[in-house]
Amino acid sequence: MEEIVARVGKNLAELRQNFRSGRTRGLEWRKTQLRAILKLVAENEDEIFEALNRDLGKHPAEAYRDETSSSNYITESSCLGLLSSFLPRFMAEAATVVLVGKLPLLLFPAKAEVLPEPLGVVLIFASWNFPISLALDPLIGAISAGNTVVVKPSELAPACSSFLARIVPLYLDNKAIKVVEGGSDVAEKLLEQKWDKIFFTGSARVGRIIMSAAAKHLTPVTLELGGKCPIILDSLSGSDLKVAVKRISGGKWGACAGQACIGIDYVLVQQKLAPVLVELLKKCIKTFYGENVKNLNSICRIVNKNHFERVCNLLEDPGVAASIVYGGSFDKQNLLIEPTILLDPPLDADIMTEEIFGPVLPIITLNEVEESIEFINARPKPLAIYVFTKNKTFKEKVLQETSSGSVIFNDTMIQFICDGLPFGGVGQSGFGRYHGKYSFDTFSHEKAILKRSFFLELEPRYPPWNGFKLEFIRLAYNFDYIRLLLLLLGLRRRYTSRIVI
Amino acid sequence: MALDVDGMMKELRGTYVSGKTKSYEWRVSQLRALLKIADHHEKEIAEALRCDLSKPDHESFVYEIASMKSSCQLALKQLKRWMKPEKVKTSLTTFPSSGEIVSEPLGVTLVISAWNFPFLLSLDPVIGAIAAGNAVVLKPSEIAPVTSAVLSKLLGEYMDTSAVKVVEGAVPETTALLEQKWDKIFYTGNGKAGRIVLTAAAKHLTPVVLELGGKSPVVVDKNINLKVAARRIIGGKWGCNNGQACVSPDYLITTKDNASQLVDALKSELEAFYGKDPLRSEDLSRIVNSNHFTRLTNLLDDEKVSGKIVHGGQRDKTNLKIAPTVMLEVPGDSLVMNEEIFGPLLPILTVYKVEDSIDLINAREKPLAAYLFTNDKRLKEQFITNVSAGGLVINDTILHLAEHSLPFGGVGESGMGAYHGKFSFDAFSHKKAVLQRSFAGDVPARYPPYTPEKLKFLKALLNGDIVGLIRALIGW
Repeated sequence: MEEIVARVGKNLAELRQNFRSGRTRGLEWRKTQLRAILKLVAENEDEIFEALNRDLGKHPAEAYRDETSSSNYITESSCLGLLSSFLPRFMAEAATVVLVGKLPLLLFPAKAEVLPEPLGVVLIFASWNFPISLALDPLIGAISAGNTVVVKPSELAPACSSFLARIVPLYLDNKAIKVVEGGSDVAEKLLEQKWDKIFFTGSARVGRIIMSAAAKHLTPVTLELGGKCPIILDSLSGSDLKVAVKRISGGKWGACAGQACIGIDYVLVQQKLAPVLVELLKKCIKTFYGENVKNLNSICRIVNKNHFERVCNLLEDPGVAASIVYGGSFDKQNLLIEPTILLDPPLDADIMTEEIFGPVLPIITLNEVEESIEFINARPKPLAIYVFTKNKTFKEKVLQETSSGSVIFNDTMIQFICDGLPFGGVGQSGFGRYHGKYSFDTFSHEKAILKRSFFLELEPRYPPWNGFKLEFIRLAYNFDYIRLLLLLLGLRRRYTSRIVI
Repeated sequence: MALDVDGMMKELRGTYVSGKTKSYEWRVSQLRALLKIADHHEKEIAEALRCDLSKPDHESFVYEIASMKSSCQLALKQLKRWMKPEKVKTSLTTFPSSGEIVSEPLGVTLVISAWNFPFLLSLDPVIGAIAAGNAVVLKPSEIAPVTSAVLSKLLGEYMDTSAVKVVEGAVPETTALLEQKWDKIFYTGNGKAGRIVLTAAAKHLTPVVLELGGKSPVVVDKNINLKVAARRIIGGKWGCNNGQACVSPDYLITTKDNASQLVDALKSELEAFYGKDPLRSEDLSRIVNSNHFTRLTNLLDDEKVSGKIVHGGQRDKTNLKIAPTVMLEVPGDSLVMNEEIFGPLLPILTVYKVEDSIDLINAREKPLAAYLFTNDKRLKEQFITNVSAGGLVINDTILHLAEHSLPFGGVGESGMGAYHGKFSFDAFSHKKAVLQRSFAGDVPARYPPYTPEKLKFLKALLNGDIVGLIRALIGW
């Protein structure tokens, strides 16, 4: 334990000093590091796939799509975008040249601008379900903003954690970017230190612990949490419904077997559509993932024994077990649970009150699809709401009457690769956001700058106060230049105070 | 009357859920009501500020009432634009799709205000909360009790009290409020209480804006118009609540060969502003209460600095007044250099080269503001790039608060989050990402079972590699 304390302290002191030296602030350094990340991923893809397979049974196609694909990094404001002209543009943030008309006269002449600057030494906690991208994506943001960084990968994905610890120092500047491995004891020690920012991806329970620790040092945090992300399925034509079912199946079981923060948790559908939905889902599951638990393919396993037992326990509730319409079997040795569909499990069972984070999909039926809004609003705000509908009015209703990190119409999961959209939660699903330019912003302080000249002094700014000065300022604040001119020319009646002096 | 916090929260949540506060019309009606308060009750407000702080009417007008009105008018003018969703470009990878960012209110919010600008610092954040469509509870500072009572009365009369409430009180009431689950907390005050607020917020994962303070330094270079610089420093320090402001110039740094001229300029302008007997000047706020008065006199009486006073030092305990005081060459470890002064004392530190001031500043916690008086372009650039603070002003003090296109907030110990202008609206909003996709254009390569061909296609698609895409399709 003392060793951990010493190691953490030493790392931090080194990073702080290197930050102060200005090492990480230049454009060249940031570009070099970002290029190195691209290289790291490109040159070690096989090893990454191997590690993801070991930790989660993740298929290379899934691993490519969700973790290493350059869409994570290349899109407009990410890595390559930053390497070109974008980063200089971020750094010379729009200067607001202020005109007389917009400023109270008191400020003329003046120039106002906002300059983004790095926060300093930042700490990133990565989660275990997308152990590579949830470590590298925030790291890209932190580097592009000019910070020094400690990345703490999740110990629940040990192969990926050790990959990062081993490979990152070979590509990135060791004096500014460090990977610290370990469990909750190491995390605790890290949290005792003073950071300039903490970026956390994980559960709400741990999010509270992180934020409480950060409070002691007034450290700002971004919390990317989760929640029960629902699907609202309206009535659709045959062909559209087939596409919807594919996207639901692909989104639910094809992304870490349901173990994703934006993962589909449950489906809300009108009662009369439920049977068709269940049939189509069954067919789709068999096509995508296989017929039974012994022959599953293209699907991740559950990350570890704890979570495996947790999900199995959710199914053991008698009311829940009775609602299984497909699946329900598991392979304890390989930590596999087959894609499972529930139809109307009891709403007070754990499976409907906790985030499932597993390959079980409850379908909740309603009389009318509009009831889904009330259903969702009775529960904590989720990270995403997915709505399959072509009804414009209903779309508006969902947008206006529900609150979530994001809303996606007619697809699932895909907002993750849309870099123009901020990715983050609200309420219990977290606060703060990243992706694209938001990653840069989240690790920056936007410093306000006002430049004035010595020329043009305004007497009424200064004491001793009198009625004239007060009237002057009042008129100036109201942009009432005509009366102001009259006042100055002595043509306006001297102010008699409304306020008793 | 005991505070029924639970009942109050239930009512506010009920109001919010009803959707009333989300409408443009409601927000406008409330903002107009706030303007009416400022317009029709200027005298009462200035009177309250005079009772609480002996604040000169001029300051009450400029720094509290006019500032609040200008903030309100800006929100009224811009609200429609602020409420509009922001369209977002989407890329080839999600084609066909369209994206936008929708601003929505967070819900039921809490604003905890400070005592030094008790009118402005209460209503400015409330303007943001209302503009963004939230229900809001305001907890004014009990250290400015008359203003607190006036706010409670006036907001009770003019505002929609089913959604906008004022809770008066001290530590017990604030604690009770902080135990509740809020959708946002906005706090203005000191770092110690800021930590308490943040810790309470953590239990409910409530996002927070903390507007704190710090020791805002002023660097004074040579070869400048010292008279103008002195006036602007004085105006920003003593002319603004007598140094009791979060962005108040806290201490000066200048070169050893410039120090005496600077001191002379300050002395001369101080006399011009406040006369030979500043304790009798009507244009200076008093110290807010005897606690702070004692705190400040302790700083003055610290043996490390008592010999360094070059101007002022007089005090009037009965009227809680301390004269503008300047100290030269104070030691870095003196009491006055170890805490935010928040009063009418101005230490001056000297350095050999003006550039050394930057290291001096960076050795301390990041302040809310930092100021530089210079005509040297290089020094300006160095200062702007290397001094980290909430905001910087070159060749003036505190004025950046009046520029609403600039975010006002701290960094590090001086706080987190920002407001003013649209930043207020944003601070109280959730920016919801919305992505619309069509059923057409479904890509089989997305779905399992995964094959090498699908992987090739996927790689090409995600790389935006058109040639690779075609190859993959042909080889299919």
